[in-house]
Amino acid sequence: MKKLIDYTKILRSKNAGPLYITFDLIFDERKNMEYVADRLTKEDISKAYDVDESKIDIITYGVVNSIKITFPRKNISGALADNDIYGCQQHIPLANIEI
Amino acid sequence: MKIVALNGLLGYGYSEESLDMAFSEKVDFLGVDAGSTDPGPFYLGSGKSFTARSAVKRDLSLALPKALSHKAPFIIGTAGGAGSRAHVAWVREIIEEIAKEQNLHFKLGTVLSDVSKEYVLEKLDAGKIKNMSDEMPLERSAVEESSCIVSQIGIAPIIELLGQGADVILCGRACDTAIYAAPCVYNGFDEGLAFHMAKIMECGAMCSEPVAAADVMQAYIYDDYFELRPANPIRKCTVERVAAHTLYEQTNPYLIFEPDGVCDLTNSEFEQADERTVRVRGSKFREAEVKTLKLEGVKCSGFRTICPATVYDPETIARIDEIIATVTDFVRENTHSRLPDGSYTVTFKTSGGKDSSLGIVIDVVGKTQDIADEVCALVRSRMLHCDYDGRKSTAGNLAFPFSPSDIHVGEVYEFSVFHLAEVDSLLETAKISLEEI
Repeated sequence: MKKLIDYTKILRSKNAGPLYITFDLIFDERKNMEYVADRLTKEDISKAYDVDESKIDIITYGVVNSIKITFPRKNISGALADNDIYGCQQHIPLANIEI
Repeated sequence: MKIVALNGLLGYGYSEESLDMAFSEKVDFLGVDAGSTDPGPFYLGSGKSFTARSAVKRDLSLALPKALSHKAPFIIGTAGGAGSRAHVAWVREIIEEIAKEQNLHFKLGTVLSDVSKEYVLEKLDAGKIKNMSDEMPLERSAVEESSCIVSQIGIAPIIELLGQGADVILCGRACDTAIYAAPCVYNGFDEGLAFHMAKIMECGAMCSEPVAAADVMQAYIYDDYFELRPANPIRKCTVERVAAHTLYEQTNPYLIFEPDGVCDLTNSEFEQADERTVRVRGSKFREAEVKTLKLEGVKCSGFRTICPATVYDPETIARIDEIIATVTDFVRENTHSRLPDGSYTVTFKTSGGKDSSLGIVIDVVGKTQDIADEVCALVRSRMLHCDYDGRKSTAGNLAFPFSPSDIHVGEVYEFSVFHLAEVDSLLETAKISLEEI
């Protein structure tokens, strides 16, 4: 089975302010975006990041064949337990979700 | 009207040739963003910048005379990286130094946007604080513990200073978009177009190919659309890049939230005007009924000492959780009589380990630097020699890359306030002044 990252051209994570982490999935072709959008579930993301499903936002942005996922950071940026101040290395659990 | 962005962040550098190219035709406004919360809470707390003074001076010393000789007001947002009073003073000193060296004379407008704890507590009591995230409601104690709180100003204070004839406008904490949207709204252009353009411009040439935060960007605003074209001829704007940029660091690609309202990009259209230029139309602004300002505050959580180390032995790596538990208990037992609960926090920051070596940073934050030093030394020595069943490498568990092994990091800050305040006026937190330099 293919992983999410196999469908994407760009897959990145970054802070959207210090309280939220946001993921941008950008696809070469619209059909890949649609294929993933139809299959990727909040349940998958919830398991991958141990975050409540109700706190996850998934928005499809067709203008550039992309999907945006946002949820609150477990540790806000710079908290004593935080390991990634900019949040730019949090994409791997998402990348490995099987689609 | 033509607006130029010096780069994506003051002090990151830009090509001098690009700046010359941008000013080879009439420029109405020059702007630069000088700050971000990306590098975390330390900078707001310490009053320090995450950019080097010499780099900020270099970026300003070329731009200032350019803007002044072309009579293009120069707007600097979030001075010094975090935009507190101390940061504004730091950049102001650099500006004065350049003015003296180059014999420049101009009207300098300054906007301070620090707020007092009393101001925030009054808002809290009046029910005028809104959470940015449900995970972080605002407690009175968080406000009281804060060492510095700033508000992110919108376009209003900048427009006020443009009206007063400022040549250079130095802002404390400001919305990134305010820098570029303010001159457009001041001149009567559509707010939807102004804010959308500003959102893209604040990152400099990040919306171009090849991508660069460290280069000059240009925007042209008209009645029904705006255009973006990088100053440097080696770069170009493409529809894909520009449209994709509205995803970046935003929670929602269709909506840009501002103190004045929301910029809605649902019906924005992007068009390749020529090989290097993208034209955008259709972005709409909706004014908010209740205006809000974002508050950012930090508290000092103590002092940090760290010890980085590596474990190469797979047997030790396999037992690392057990070792950490043993060490944690040992340290608590050995210090509890003189260091009560809450006087320090130990965090083991590990990476790798599954099929390779394991990196560990022993991270100790204490109420004082002495406590952090003492606890870090104890954790490090206990961890180095921690025994476990079947241990063969009895000389030590940790490879230290440095001597001394323990490093002082100093003051530690954490975000204490990150909330919205409902305001009666978008000028209510701004201290505006204008003077001759």
